[in-house]
Parts: sequence; structure tokens; C-alpha cells
Amino acid sequence: MIKVDNLSKSYGSVEAVKSLSFEINDGEIVGFLGANGAGKSTTLKVMTGFLSPTSGNVYVDHLNILDHAYEIQKRIGYLPELNPLYVDMKVFDLLKFHASVRGMDEKHFRTALERVVHDCGLSGVIHRNVGDCSKGYKQRIGLAAAMIHDPEILILDEPVTGLDPNQIVEIRQLIKQLGKEKLVIMSSHILQEIQATVDKIIIINNGELVAEGSSEELIASAQGLAQLKLELTGATDEGIQEMKAFIPSLSIHSVDATDTRSFVTLEYAHTSDPRKDIFDYAVKNQWSILEMSQSKTNLEDVFRSLTQNGDQGNA
Amino acid sequence: MRNTFVIFQKELKSFFNSPMAYIFLVIFALVTGYFFTNTFFLYNQSDMRALFSIVPLVYLFFIPAVTMGLIAKEKSVGTIETISTLPIQDRDVVLGKFLAGYSLIIIGLMVTVIHYITLSFVGTNVDHGAVLSGYFGLILLGGVYSSVGVFSSSLTENSVVAFIIGVFIVLIFFLLDKTLIFVPDALAGFVQYLSVDFHLSNISRGVIDTRNLVYFGSVIGFFLFLTTRVVESRKWG
Repeated sequence: MIKVDNLSKSYGSVEAVKSLSFEINDGEIVGFLGANGAGKSTTLKVMTGFLSPTSGNVYVDHLNILDHAYEIQKRIGYLPELNPLYVDMKVFDLLKFHASVRGMDEKHFRTALERVVHDCGLSGVIHRNVGDCSKGYKQRIGLAAAMIHDPEILILDEPVTGLDPNQIVEIRQLIKQLGKEKLVIMSSHILQEIQATVDKIIIINNGELVAEGSSEELIASAQGLAQLKLELTGATDEGIQEMKAFIPSLSIHSVDATDTRSFVTLEYAHTSDPRKDIFDYAVKNQWSILEMSQSKTNLEDVFRSLTQNGDQGNA
Repeated sequence: MRNTFVIFQKELKSFFNSPMAYIFLVIFALVTGYFFTNTFFLYNQSDMRALFSIVPLVYLFFIPAVTMGLIAKEKSVGTIETISTLPIQDRDVVLGKFLAGYSLIIIGLMVTVIHYITLSFVGTNVDHGAVLSGYFGLILLGGVYSSVGVFSSSLTENSVVAFIIGVFIVLIFFLLDKTLIFVPDALAGFVQYLSVDFHLSNISRGVIDTRNLVYFGSVIGFFLFLTTRVVESRKWG
């Protein structure tokens, strides 16, 4: 379990994280979302003991990072942002180095090596120099190094940057698989990535928590209306206006009519679903519906509305 | 302790995985070899004094060059974040890196043992004690310069800047006892005690005094302590 308690971190006069608090339970995959410079990486750096908090604290299984960084670091596997690696080492040596630091003996290392090589798909590069590997491989090498000791907690700072779509899917599946037993925190500014992988999303903006919950919860709580686009034949303008009286939850956003067709955009609250009523009304008036498409608020809209002023942040 | 050894191993391996170690060893052997043979044939004397007096000068530039990347490179590549978030104490990282750099210096010095072997075959009246204590002094000197080098490497993420700072600090230690005539009498003893040459000359003469050993030990300890502090300071940046 990780508990971030009133965490603040300043770089000189710049406050990167301001009184941030949240909790993450075991077995959860949490997406840490925010615009560039929102304070995601800073928070993760404090969690892993790379930086110390200016005030507040981070607790991992009731140990605090100020006094027990060493104990906490034993339980964590961390993939830093931009995935720095020792490029002059062989992949095997790099993993061996991580295993030695984790106090693993030769036998444990062999089993662990087999596991991470399989999970991260490294069998082709294990005896190559890290520096000679492609970006996708490097990313997976970083991930393998972070999970060589089978940690209880995995902290991944932007784990899929630089990967091609196929690799993204693979890593996403791997993270989901890992999340069944472990606590996984991954940060990203790619919304689709987060939405597809995680159980819970934490959105921060300018160093402050702005939203927390599953992607459905976040969308449900979002402001704004759902839109419905209709393409009709046989409809009259008057008929369309009257539809509003018939279905009170609707408002008509726009109507474009050609000789034979009408393009109507309707709006209604997220909580209601008037599509059946619209269909019945059309049938009653002998209109034909050629197209009906609903555009729901997606996570992207939620993110944008919550972080609209987020682009002048720092670090 | 185990972690210190893991870091030591990793660093030493990376010296030998890159051209660094080989360039250092070859050039070191060439330079010292030149100065040794030069006077060897010129004066027809079977001693190694010429070699022992040139090595400190060579160290002046070679040691900061060996150690300049030890921490600076981790900072510039960003691996400092990896290594600082692994369960290793900062002091173990610093000590491991220092020992790796120091070992390379000692390996370089051991290459010059070949001259001693030559000498003991062809020379007469070789003063073995003087040679041994000469080597002992140079090993201690290498330790001091290596600790200074690791310290300057921790100050910056630019290896070249680390090199320049390293040479500068090492030069101060080297020149300190040459400035004694400009120092007021009251301070002369103190400045002399700080200068590395003063202690080195005692040892090279074969006088191994605890005071000299304490000096070398404490200077090395002091710079390693400072380095650890500098590495830890990232947390509060």
C-alpha cells in the first residue's frame, strides 16, 4: 500500500507538487495522469527516495520514505522517466548488476532472468550491448531491470514512450498481468494508454490533485452534455422543433437541412438516454433515420477540462 | 559492504569495456617508461628515483582523467536516478566508485614494476627497501588524488569540468609545500602538514610514520565524505 500524505516539493521557488494526498492499495494498477510539467515525475521521484519531500511524507506499507528509504527501495521496482541505462554494459550484465544489488544469488538470478527475458521478450538481445539495442528494446530492458527481483510495487514513469503500437499492446498486457498481484503505478500523458491499462486514474495539474477514480467515474462526473447526431429524411423543420416538446430532456443544438435530408445535432444530459424516444418519435412522424451517432464525453474531454491551465507548469 | 563490491565490480568492468582503461595503461606505461629509461642509460645508476619523481607529475593529470566520469557521467546520462533508487546507500556507491578508479591507478603503477625487475637483474646494489617504500608512497598518493577526482566528479555532470576541477584541487595539494616561502612562519608548519609532498618524501625515504599514514587516510576519508554529501544533496535540489 502506498499513501502519499500532504506531499509538497519545491525546486527553489518553484512549487512542483503542492499538498498532494492519495492512497493506492495492493493489487491496483493506477494511472498517474497530468500534462507535461504537472508534477508527475517529481511525485514518483519522491516515492522512490530519489528526492526528499519539502514537506509531507510518503508511506509504503507504513514505512515512511524519510526514515526508511532503504527498506522501501527494496520493495520497489522503478523505471525512471526517459529510461536511463548503462549503455556500455551488456544486457545480461545489466540485469546481473540489478540482481546483485538486490542481493540475489546465482540460482535466484537464473530463474529471475528466465522470467524477465520471457515476460519482456529479451531473448534476442541478451548478449548485446545495451547501447546497440533499439529504443523499444531499451524500454523493455529498463522494465526487466525494474522487475528482476519480483517487487511488490512497480513504479513506471512513462513506460510506453518510444514504443511502436505492437510493442505498446505487449507492454500493456504485461502491465495488466503484473497488476494482478502487484501494485503498479504508471504515469503517462497518453490518455488511451492509461484508459486501456489501469483500474484507477489520478489526475494532477500544477502539482495538485484534481480528480481520482476509475475512468467511468471520471467521465460520469464530468461537466457538459452528450451530443447526438441525426441524419433524417422526410423530416420538416417544424417537426424537429416539436420533438423538443415531446422529449423534454432534449435541446436542439443545430439543424441543417438540404432538399431531402436534415442533419440535426441534439444535446442532452449524460444521465439520460433519449435515443429510443427519438426513434419512436421519428417512426410516428414517418421519418427515416439514416444515421444516429452519439458522441459521449471521453476521458480526453475530462482531462482537458480539468487541466486547461496546465501548460504553464514547471518540472 | 557487499553493495560496495557490486559497484566496484561494475565500474572496473566498465573501465575495461571501454577504451578508457587501455588508453590510460598504455600511455601511463609509455610516459613512465620513457622517463625511467632516459636517466637509466644516462647516469648508469641502478635506482628508480627518476621514475618515482615523475609519477606524481603524471598522476596530476592522469588520475583526474580516470575518475572524471565516475559520477559526472551518471548524472549526465541520468543513471544516477537508477542507482540512487536501488537499495544501496550513497556512501557505498561513492566508496565502490572510488575503489574502482583507485584500482585502475594501482594497476597502472604495477605496470612499472617491470622496470624494477629489469633493474634487479642488471643492476648492482639495488636498494630494495627504497623501491618498496617508494611504491608504497605512490600508492598512498594515488589514493589521495583518486578521492579528489571522485569528489570533483560529483560536483558536475560535465566530465570535462570535473577533470579541470580535479586537476585544480590536486595541483593545490601538489604545490602547497612549494609555496612555503610565501607563508608566514606561524602558518608554515600547518601548511607543510597539509602538503602531500611533505608526507610523501618521508615515506619515500623509507620512514613510515603513523603521522603520515594518518594524513593520507584522513585526506582520502575527508574527500569521500564530502563526495557522499554532494551525492546526497540531490535530494534537496
